[in-house]
Amino acid sequence: MKREVPLLISMVAGIFVLIGFFVPHPAIKTTYDDIQQWVIIVVAFTYVLGVANVLRINWTQVSRKEADWPFKIALIGGMLATIAIGFSEGSHYLDDGSKFTWIYNTFYSSMSATMFSLLAFFIASAAFRAFRVRTMEAFLLAVAAFILMLGRVPIGNVIHPALPEVADWLMEIPQNAAKRGILMGAALGVMATGFRIILGIEKTYGADGGGS
Amino acid sequence: MILNNAPGAGPATLRPPILLLILASVFSLLPLSAFAFPVNALDTPNDGGRSITVRWTIPANPPKQWQVLRAEGSGSFAPVDTIAGTLDAFNDEGSRDQEGIRNGFSYRYQLVALPADPAVDSEVSQAAVPAASWFDTGKTNVFVAIFAFLALILYYIWRAQSGTTWSFRAIAGLAAIEEAIGRSTEMGKGVLYVPGVQDIDDIQTIASMIILGNVARMTAKYETPLMVPTNSPAVYTVADEVVKASYSDVGRGDAYRSDQVRYITSEQFAYVAAVNGMMLRERPAANLFLGAFFAESLLLAETGHETGAIQIAGTANVHQLPFFVVACDYTLIGEEYYAASAYLSKDPRLLGSLKASDTLKILLIAVIVLAAVSLTLGQSQLVDFFATQ
Repeated sequence: MKREVPLLISMVAGIFVLIGFFVPHPAIKTTYDDIQQWVIIVVAFTYVLGVANVLRINWTQVSRKEADWPFKIALIGGMLATIAIGFSEGSHYLDDGSKFTWIYNTFYSSMSATMFSLLAFFIASAAFRAFRVRTMEAFLLAVAAFILMLGRVPIGNVIHPALPEVADWLMEIPQNAAKRGILMGAALGVMATGFRIILGIEKTYGADGGGS
Repeated sequence: MILNNAPGAGPATLRPPILLLILASVFSLLPLSAFAFPVNALDTPNDGGRSITVRWTIPANPPKQWQVLRAEGSGSFAPVDTIAGTLDAFNDEGSRDQEGIRNGFSYRYQLVALPADPAVDSEVSQAAVPAASWFDTGKTNVFVAIFAFLALILYYIWRAQSGTTWSFRAIAGLAAIEEAIGRSTEMGKGVLYVPGVQDIDDIQTIASMIILGNVARMTAKYETPLMVPTNSPAVYTVADEVVKASYSDVGRGDAYRSDQVRYITSEQFAYVAAVNGMMLRERPAANLFLGAFFAESLLLAETGHETGAIQIAGTANVHQLPFFVVACDYTLIGEEYYAASAYLSKDPRLLGSLKASDTLKILLIAVIVLAAVSLTLGQSQLVDFFATQ
């Protein structure tokens, strides 16, 4: 039962959503929309489990004085303080000038921007490795990238007026062809995965795995 | 009608003064719209009802705006909306301050020029009755493709169950997963599994959970620590169940630890910071990035590369593939990612679905070539059939 019930729910919900895609009649569409709402409600409940997991894992590490435990205190304290302040401000917690917004803008946004800005350095180091010409394919890649980069900046047009056109051609023809090929393959993969779940032959995602 | 039957006059001939009188009487009885342009009201196709589409040909001198009037049954007309004079269609779905359209009731429409100009008002349309459709004919092509694919999958599953086997090309990235876990075991280090940053309703995350089941079985068998940081509480609950079930499947339920799968945060870059921290502190020997990734892909993969871990990535997000290709040892591209569970499990029925995918791919290539040729020859029916809304 532990295996069959989740599979049956997945199968019924999957078939219903598939039918709902083709049938606009309210008899189906209303239930289809309701299922979408249930997903939101279920996900909302999982946040409680998520927060409990964060608290349990970090508090255990603090109580055992594991490595970096002072940081865990900062995490737990920060999380609880943010939740408490958010609740204390009620429905106005997202208003301009609220304490919650101040915490978000002052701490989270600046730290998030810092993480994102690291991408510039990581791209530089990754590009350095990518453009080391060791094979014919790597050579073609490097040449294409060189033309593309030159074609995308004003100096490219100064060097040769055809460079931006070549860069556009590279993006619109070979790049698009490859990208669409990948997308079509991925779309078939999505359909195959969906059908495997609906037909109940893909069981790994559920409880009591059903692995072979 | 009064006919002149005086001698000398034809039986159907009218005297001029009487004719004028009759014409004047007739004109006074007819509404002004009798000389206006026609409008056509029809049930909006392929919808759930409660909607009427009104179409018309724009008159030679359209007004600045049209006021759309609607009458239910034989009732009186009332304004429902004011639209630009340049439009040639209006979709009436009712509005919040008006009573909406009801299925099964008939509605008539008229356009009135704003500013008022009776010379360009429309006729009253014929009555239209809204009804809900049971099939969206605009999606017929998708329906045909999906059910052709379903038929192929069922056929190949049946063939697989009958004992037919097929050989598939080796995918280096998938073969490397077991190798990477083995390497981690030998080095006495853990395996980091990152299931992407999308929620559980994303098919890539679902596919990632399926692969996680196979990976967790291997780590359970080899007694290798497994770390699964998630960025969604829903993914956390599913991943936790999958890992727990996989450990039980291989008889290692006792080795499962409740802190192997953990929820970090739903914020993208905070999640990246936490996972990068895990990579730098725990130094896992294998990093598996399998799921939907966005701007964080290179941040994660480059950090993993710096730690010297063997890295395998897989995603269907085309724009992130170059980053993974550069920074990871193996990358599963698009369909390879979705094929992973079949490859890893070797279940004949799952392999049958791969065979169906390959067959449909060949059919699609044939259709693309055929459509290109037919379009070149001026025939667009095949291309039109596959155009989506």
